[in-house]
Amino acid sequence: MSFLQKPKVSHSGLPRNELGLSIRDYEGSMSTLCAGCGHDSVTAALIQAIWELNLPPHTIVKMSGIGCSSKTPAYFVEAAHGINAVHGRMPSIATGANAANRNLHYIGISGDGDSLSIGLGQFAHVLRRNVRMLYLIENNGVYGLTKGQFSASADLGSKAKKGEVNRQPPIDPVTLALELGGSFIARGFSGDKDQLVPLIKAGLMHDGFALLDVLSPCVTFNDHEGSTKSYAHTRHFDHPAAQADFVPRKIPIQAVYAGGEAIPVALHDGSTVILKKVAKDYNPVNREEAYQYIQEHRARGQIVTGLLYINEDQAEFHTLNGTASGALRDLPYADLCPGAAVLEEIQQRYR
Amino acid sequence: MNARVNDFVVKIANVNGTGSASANGLLMKAIFRMGIPVVGKNFFPSNIQGLPTWYEIRVSRDGYLARSGEVDLLVAMNAQTYARDLAEVRSGGYFLYDSTWPREAEFARKDVTLLGVPLAKLVNEAFTSPRARILMKNICYVGALAALLALEPGVLETVLTEIYADKPKLIADNLRAIELGYQYATRQFRCPLPIRLERMDATADCILADGNTLAALGCVYAGATIGAWYPITPSTSLMDAFKDFCEHYRKDPVSGERRYCIIQAEDELAAIGMVLGAGWNGARAFTPTSGPGLSLMNEFLGFGYYAEIPAVIFDVQRAGPSTGMPTRTQQADLLLAAYASHGDTRHVLLFPANPAECFSMAVTAFDLAERLQTPVMVLSDLDIGMNDWMVPKLSWEDHRVPDRGKVYTLDELRDRPLFHRYADRDGDGIAPRTLPGVHPAGAYFTRGSGHSARGTYTEDEAEYQEVLDRLRRKHDHAKTLVPAPVVRRREGLTMGVISVGSCDAAVLEALDRLAREGCELNYLRVRGFPFGSEVEEFLEQHTRIFVVEQNRDAQLKSLLLLETGADRDRLTSILHYGGMPIDSRSIVSGIRASLEAGKAA
Ligand SMILES: Cc1ncc(C[n+]2csc(CCOP(=O)(O)OP(=O)(O)O)c2C)c(N)n1
Ligand code: SF4
Ligand SMILES: [Mg+2]
Repeated sequence: MSFLQKPKVSHSGLPRNELGLSIRDYEGSMSTLCAGCGHDSVTAALIQAIWELNLPPHTIVKMSGIGCSSKTPAYFVEAAHGINAVHGRMPSIATGANAANRNLHYIGISGDGDSLSIGLGQFAHVLRRNVRMLYLIENNGVYGLTKGQFSASADLGSKAKKGEVNRQPPIDPVTLALELGGSFIARGFSGDKDQLVPLIKAGLMHDGFALLDVLSPCVTFNDHEGSTKSYAHTRHFDHPAAQADFVPRKIPIQAVYAGGEAIPVALHDGSTVILKKVAKDYNPVNREEAYQYIQEHRARGQIVTGLLYINEDQAEFHTLNGTASGALRDLPYADLCPGAAVLEEIQQRYR
Repeated sequence: MNARVNDFVVKIANVNGTGSASANGLLMKAIFRMGIPVVGKNFFPSNIQGLPTWYEIRVSRDGYLARSGEVDLLVAMNAQTYARDLAEVRSGGYFLYDSTWPREAEFARKDVTLLGVPLAKLVNEAFTSPRARILMKNICYVGALAALLALEPGVLETVLTEIYADKPKLIADNLRAIELGYQYATRQFRCPLPIRLERMDATADCILADGNTLAALGCVYAGATIGAWYPITPSTSLMDAFKDFCEHYRKDPVSGERRYCIIQAEDELAAIGMVLGAGWNGARAFTPTSGPGLSLMNEFLGFGYYAEIPAVIFDVQRAGPSTGMPTRTQQADLLLAAYASHGDTRHVLLFPANPAECFSMAVTAFDLAERLQTPVMVLSDLDIGMNDWMVPKLSWEDHRVPDRGKVYTLDELRDRPLFHRYADRDGDGIAPRTLPGVHPAGAYFTRGSGHSARGTYTEDEAEYQEVLDRLRRKHDHAKTLVPAPVVRRREGLTMGVISVGSCDAAVLEALDRLAREGCELNYLRVRGFPFGSEVEEFLEQHTRIFVVEQNRDAQLKSLLLLETGADRDRLTSILHYGGMPIDSRSIVSGIRASLEAGKAA
């Protein structure tokens, strides 16, 4: 356990965001994960991104399933509500919560076991519904919390700590999401915060379901020689294809990029994500090409990372439903109950 | 033979998928409009087309709504089932069949009057399109029945005109078919039969409706905004009705925006998850399901109980175990529902006995779920949910305010630097909650893992038990909040009946019959779980109690034995679990047989 005591009192010298809050104000309770666990780096990136986005802490809703990864919501933004659901079922909780109030920022944290094994069904369907949320999978190829069994994302030939070799083909959430019609699909690495923070920001501002698969090594059960989800392996085979730079709405885009290999995509709050093609031949706004590129590189053992696909025009859940713009949970009862006179009228049908 | 006015059963044997439902509905509604109490029960297969289906209409001047257990007139529209249909007619009853193909020789019952009407012939001569010929054959028997039973043709015409108000072409065809049947019967038989109708004035303050529709209406009136579901018979029509009502009454008059959100989930695990997510976030949300769905929801129900999240579940029970008989009724989910999920989990249950109670209990369920911060299950069944019952008109108080339970408001949170989610502020076991997005001081972490009164993660014995004990106190407190039982009693009687849900109508009739025969019993119908003091008292005050329910394993009796001080030796089960709604006759004979056996011993 990383027993680092974090003083809760803000240091006066710390930089503040537009709300006057320091990064400390976005922290959560102390992590109880193993020292060096990839998940803790993801937590740090989340804190950084949310702080930089100037989001009022209490407008965030943190949700998760069960697993080491699913403990993460306790470790960031303490002043936000969090809910730790049952294993693999966070997507349904997220869907219901979002249905009740469409105007909050929803962050779901899951694991590869949570999303790709027990929860594969719910993961697929929340994505198809395009529920507006950041859905972050802390992917380590194993079930950390139950002590290192292979998960559904374990690669063919990857070796477990005790030497067992995985013989079943992996489920890749990124290509699956491309196939299922996901509107925002990204992959990052817990060891690359510079890449991760803008991905989180863009995902949070995406008007729909933003999948962010983060390779997040389990130092205790899956960080050895022969594992394809170790720090060393991931670092070595990481192939960034499209870098995302997040530009808040106040900054004119021209000031940041002077053309070239950059595609600006406007997000629904007025901010912009600039997709910089790191790989020349990558096209992050074409689903088929993205799919092909990722598969080809996977065949070569490379892990394609970055903002891999984005489509801001795909209607999100509430747009599809035609829901009232205010939160359903806040609608006055008078707008919901048709009243005695209407009841009388309705009952004429049953006479 | 003496006339039996307004007191008989007509059973119609059809093939499903032939459009008989509208003909049977028409017949029933016309009788209702003559002011005569009537109830219809549909027995249908788990199939879309081609299998036998029956519709049983009971006309009861005394207002008995259950099955009587007898058939006076059988309309046999399905040659496949002629033999068993004929066998079901009471001695002295009638058997109406399509005599286009005469089969008199094989109907070997001298005590039943055959009424041959050449329905196919009449209709084929009058109509040309194949579809019309199938549909109008049904309407044609309604015409024949009108003559035979003295159904007022004017009423039939009015009802028909209303049903097809926007399809005038159909009105003409239907009226023609009715006329064909009516004229034929008038010419061939001595009409009306001794079993016949006579105008009454007993339905003016009533409606004819099914429980799923009225439960859905209750959800609308309760202010539910989110419904999540996965289709399953016999609960599907509940969400269909909710959608229908919402389309009319839940759209912003200007923008057309929806003030509701219906989500067809990928399965029941997701449906209950969505309901819990929405309930946690402050909206009124519900899911309708049936046994197999409830089984799937177990893990989440325990989460809802332990994390204390409001949710409303309608379990429209069907015959189990497993897939069982999806289109047959039962009350066999009582134990599953009461303790659904692992660990020390217990739930709040409501038991409507008819469609009107589906409405009122739907409204109550949302209040209780939010008051108690827990899943509340409304246990209806196929008989209540899918059949049209005659029930008193629903009423509504416009000044009614929903009970949203203990939720700290923004103002309260501003003055509350320290909020402890699971602290028993008021000593009633209910800890005030907060909603996401309101104020940072309200933030807490909801978890299904061990937690303390402060809401923090714990594995500490004392902290864990403190919460578990409070949950028990909360559940006990619910005894005073669930709908009280309905008790019908006279001082001095020592025998009683305890029953639940849709057994009610049959029990009431059975008790009347037993009383007429000199055997009087008191009656208590439970309407909620956990059981309150009235149930305890009734159990104490009677030395012999018959527990009437529709399952094999005496689940209500088991619950009574587990949860009250009931004396096992005083309780006798009367069980009915073949999948057909319980009838009054089998209750009478069950009680009588048991009393006689007692005497003999
Ligand atoms: C219904 C159910 N089955 C099994 C478990 C046990 N369990 C807890 S976490 C977990 C696997 C978590 O793996 P993953 O989502 O990859 O998270 P990680 O610990 O690797 O971050 C399992 C199997 C459970 N909590 N619930
Ligand atoms: S077991 Fe693995 S995943 Fe879990 S906390 Fe430790 S390093 Fe992280
Ligand atoms: Mg994992």
